[in-house]
Amino acid sequence: MEALIAAAIGLMTAGGIYLMLRRRTFPVIIGLSLLSYAVNLFLFVAGRLAPGLPPIISKTAAGYTDPLPQALVLTAIVISFGMTAVLVLMALGAYLTGGDARIDLDDGGAE
Amino acid sequence: MTLALIAALPFLGALFPGLTIRAGKNTCAAVSAAFTATALLLILLQAPAVLRGEVIQTRVDWLPQLGLNANFMLDGLGLLFSLLILGIGLLIILYARFYLTATDPMGRFYSYLMLFQGAMLGIVLSDNILLLLVFWEMTSLSSFLLIGYWKHLPEGRQGARMALAVTGSGGLAMIAGALMLGHIAGSYDLSVILTQKTAIQASPLYLPALILILLGAFTKSAQFPFHFWLPHAMAAPTPVSAYLHSATMVKAGLFLMARLWPVMAGTDAWFLIVATTGLLTMAFAAKVALFKDDLKAILAYSTVSHLGLITFLLGLGTKAGAIAAVFHILCHASFKAALFMTAGIVDHEAHTRDIRRLGGLRHLMPITFAIALIATLSMAGVPPLNGFLSKEMMLEAAAHTHWLGNGWLVPLFATLGALLSVGYCLRFLVQGFLGPVRGDYPHRPHDPGFGLWLSPAVLAVIVVAMGLLPMTIAGGLVDAAASATTGAPVHAKIALWHGLESPALWMSFIAFGGGFVILGSYARLRALWDGFPRPEAKQMFDAGLGALTRLAGWITDGLHNGVLARGFAVAVVTILALAGYGFLTGTYAPGLRAATPIEIYPALIWLILVAAVTATVRLHRQRVLSILMLGIVGLLVSVAFAYLAAPDLALTQITVEVVTVVLLMLALNFLPQWTPRQSSTARHWRDGILSGVAGLAVAGLAYAMMMRDAAFDPISAFHLAQSKPGAGGYNAVNTIIVDFRGYDTYGEIVVLGVAALLIFALAEMLMAPETRWAKHPDQRAGDAGDPHPVMSRVAARLLLPMSMMVGVYLFLRGHNLPGGGFVAGLVFAIGLVMQYIAAGLKWTRARLVVNYHTLIGLGVLVATATGVGSWAAGRPFLTSSYGYFHFPPLEEFELATAMLFDLGVFLCVLGAIMMALDALSRLARRVR
Repeated sequence: MEALIAAAIGLMTAGGIYLMLRRRTFPVIIGLSLLSYAVNLFLFVAGRLAPGLPPIISKTAAGYTDPLPQALVLTAIVISFGMTAVLVLMALGAYLTGGDARIDLDDGGAE
Repeated sequence: MTLALIAALPFLGALFPGLTIRAGKNTCAAVSAAFTATALLLILLQAPAVLRGEVIQTRVDWLPQLGLNANFMLDGLGLLFSLLILGIGLLIILYARFYLTATDPMGRFYSYLMLFQGAMLGIVLSDNILLLLVFWEMTSLSSFLLIGYWKHLPEGRQGARMALAVTGSGGLAMIAGALMLGHIAGSYDLSVILTQKTAIQASPLYLPALILILLGAFTKSAQFPFHFWLPHAMAAPTPVSAYLHSATMVKAGLFLMARLWPVMAGTDAWFLIVATTGLLTMAFAAKVALFKDDLKAILAYSTVSHLGLITFLLGLGTKAGAIAAVFHILCHASFKAALFMTAGIVDHEAHTRDIRRLGGLRHLMPITFAIALIATLSMAGVPPLNGFLSKEMMLEAAAHTHWLGNGWLVPLFATLGALLSVGYCLRFLVQGFLGPVRGDYPHRPHDPGFGLWLSPAVLAVIVVAMGLLPMTIAGGLVDAAASATTGAPVHAKIALWHGLESPALWMSFIAFGGGFVILGSYARLRALWDGFPRPEAKQMFDAGLGALTRLAGWITDGLHNGVLARGFAVAVVTILALAGYGFLTGTYAPGLRAATPIEIYPALIWLILVAAVTATVRLHRQRVLSILMLGIVGLLVSVAFAYLAAPDLALTQITVEVVTVVLLMLALNFLPQWTPRQSSTARHWRDGILSGVAGLAVAGLAYAMMMRDAAFDPISAFHLAQSKPGAGGYNAVNTIIVDFRGYDTYGEIVVLGVAALLIFALAEMLMAPETRWAKHPDQRAGDAGDPHPVMSRVAARLLLPMSMMVGVYLFLRGHNLPGGGFVAGLVFAIGLVMQYIAAGLKWTRARLVVNYHTLIGLGVLVATATGVGSWAAGRPFLTSSYGYFHFPPLEEFELATAMLFDLGVFLCVLGAIMMALDALSRLARRVR
C-alpha cells in the first residue's frame, strides 16, 4: 500500500508542478490545488499508514493512528481553500483590468 | 545589579527627550544630562574599588544555552572609558543645547545621542563577548542616525551610509572572529577568555580570529585603508563629531584591542599587523591633514593620525606601549573634543569652517582662541601640556622598536608623524586665528555665549592640569587601565622631564623644527601636493558599492525576470539539486517497517485517482473539464483519507472540495474557457521532465519515510493518552485542534478571516466605478434557458434545513466523534451556497440577513474570549476545562470550554467561505 500512496503523491506533485509551469493564470491555480493535495497527503502519511485504526479513543480499539498529522492537515485543507480563493480573485482582477490572462509581466521572450 | 543599571541608564534616558522637548529645550537637555550624570555618579562610586585593583561584576543569565549572558564587569580599562563616555557626554549635552538651532529637532538629537551613549557604555562594561557584539552593532546603527542627523543634507546621508557600510561590515567580520575566540576558549565570557592566552595563541584558529577581530577594530577606529569614512562623517553636526570622533565611537576599536590585549598581543602576527597599520596610518593621515582646508577635515584626519598612533602603541605588545596607549587615549579625548567644539564655535559664529577664509580670529574671539591655543599646542605635543607627555612616551617606545630587525625605520616614521602633526597644528592656529582681522568673513564673528564655550573650556583646563600634575590627576587611572590592559600590575611613571639622554627629546626637537619649516614653506608644498593626482576614496567606495549593487541586480533580475515559470523552475531545480546532493552524500538504507497489504478496492480507487490526475493535466486546456477532473481527484483523496483511518480529514476534504469547485466554476464565468497553447514543444518536454523528476523524488521520499519508523517517538502518544482525561474528548484529532494546539488553530482562523477580507477588498476594488475593465466577459447566462429552474430551487430549499441539522450534529459530536467546527462550518456553507446557485444572488441576499464580516469578527472574538477566559481562572491563554451537567429531562451531558472555542472556529470558517463565494457572485452579477 505504501508504494501506491507514494506513487500517487509523486504523480500529483509532478502534475501540479507541470501545470504551475504553464503561462496562464488558470492552469497555475489548478496546479497549485494538485500540489496542495500532494503536500497534504504527504504530511498526513508522516503519521504512517494504519488503516482501520482511527484516532477516536475507545475501550475496544486495537490501537490508534497518529492524530497529530491529521490535525495539522485538517487546518491546512481549509487554509488552502482560502489561498486558492485569494489567487482566483487576483487572477480575475488581473484579467479584467489588464485584459490578459497571462501570468508573466511580459512575454519573457517568445517560446 | 549596579553595572546593569548603569548600562541601562542611557537607554532609559533615550526615551525621554522626545517627551520632554514639549517642555522646552532646557528641560530636554537637562533630563538627558540627568541620566548621564546619574550614570557617571554611579561609576564614580565604584571608582575607588576599581582603582584598588578590584573588578566589579554583575552577572545576569540571559540565554545560558547559547553562552549569551548579560554579564557586566568594570575594571580599570572599563573605568577609563566609562569616565570618557559619560564625562565628555555630559559636556556634549551642554554644548549641543546651545549649538543646535531652533529648526533642528532637538528631542530626536538627544534620543540618538543617549542611544549611542548607552551602546558605547555597553561595549566597555560587557563581560560577555556576544553581549559586546550586540552593543558594538548598536553603536554602528546609532552613529548612523547621528551622522545623518541633518537628513536634508546629501553629504550627511552619504556620510552616514558610508560609516554604516564600513563599520557595519567590519562588525560582521568581528562577529566571526569573536565566535572563533569563544570557541577556542570554551566560553564567551571575557573574564574566562582573558585567562586562556596559551590555548588561544596555540590554536590554529588564532590567526583567522585575530585578522577578523582586527578588521572590526580597524574599521571602527578608522585605520588605513578603512579610514575614509571618518572624514565623510564630518557632515554630522559638530557635537556629534566631537563626541563620536574624539572620545567614543572611534575609540571603540582601540578599546577592543586593549581589551583583548592579554590574549591576542605579544605575537609576531599581532606586532606586524597592528603596529605597522598604526604607524602607517599615523604618518599618512597627518600628511593628508596638512593639506585640508576645512577645520573639521583637518581635525578628522588628525584624529585618524592619532588613532594610528594609539594603535601603533598597542601593537608593540609591551608594557610601556600599553601605558602610553592608555594615557594617550585620555589625552587625545580631552584635547580633541575641545578642538572639535572650538571648530564648531567658529563655524557657528563665522558661518564658515574654511581656513582660507579665516584668520585674525584671535582679536575677535579671545576666549575661543585661548581654548584653541591650549588644545592645539597639546595636540602638537608642546610642554607642559598633556599631549607632550603622551607624545614623548610614544617616541620613547618607538625609539626602542625594531621592525623585522630594522632599528631605524620605526623611529623614522614616528618622528615623521610627529613632525607632520606639528605642521598641521601650527597651520590650524596660524592660518585660522593669527594674522590681521579680515573684512570678508561670511558673518562677523565674536565669542559665543557662556553655554557654548564652557564645555571646551573645562577640557582645556583638564589639558593643562594633566600636563602639570600628571601623576596626581591621571596616575591612578592610567595605572588601573594599563594593569587591566596588560593583565598584570603596572605602575606608570609619567613626568615632564626625562633627561637629555632620552632619544624622545631629540626626536621632539626634530619634529618641532620640521613643523616650523613646513609652515614656512606651506605655499610651495601645497602647490606640489595639488599638482599630484590622488585616488579619491569616496569615488572608489562608490564605484565598489555600485558594482556590488549591479551584481545583486543582475542575479535578481536573472532569477526573477517577471516570468513566474522561470523563478518557479529555478526553485524546483535548486531543491532537486540540494536533495540529490543530500541523498548521494548521505547514507540510505531501506526502511524496515512491514508494508501494509494491498487490498483490491483501495487499489481500484488508486487506479481511478491516477487516471483523474492524468486527465486533469492532459485536459488542462479545456478548463471546465479540468475543474471536474480536479474535483474527482479531491473526492478520491478524501476517500483515501477515510480508508487510512482519518475520518475527520475525509469529511473536511470532501466539503472543501465542493466549495472549491463552486469557486473555480464561478471564476470561469469570467475567464476564457480555453487555455491557448503558448509554449513550444521543447518547453513542454523540458517542463515535463522537470516535473517528472520532482514527482519521482517526492514519491521516493514519501516511500522511504513511510517504510521506516520515526526517528523520535512521536509526541502523539501524549495526545492520545491525555485526550479524554486532559481535554475531555474522545476524538484525539479534535482535542488537538481545539485544545492541545488551540493556539495554532486560533492563528489559522485569523489567517482565514484575513484572507476572506482580502478577497472582499479585491472584489470591491474591481467593482468600484472608477476601476476600468479592459475585458468585458460575454454574457453567457441564459444560453441554457432558465438559470434558476424550479426543480433545483425547491430541492435546494429542502436541503437547507437538512444541511444545517447535519452541521449542528457534526459540530456537537465533534469533540468525541469525527466532526467539529471546521466541518460544521463547511457543511453550513454548502447549504447556503446551494441557495445562491439554485435561486440566484438577489433572491438569496434578500433573505439572508447575516453579515459575513460580522460572522468572521464574531468567530475570532468568541475564540479570543474563550482563550482570555482562562486568565480569569488564573490559567494560561486557551487552557480548557470541562464538566458534566444534568438538566432534567435531558440526560447528563458534557460541556467543555473547548466547544466554545470550536464555535468561534465554526463562525469564522462559515463567514470566510461565504464571503469569498459571495464576492465572486456579486462580481458575476455586475458583469450581467
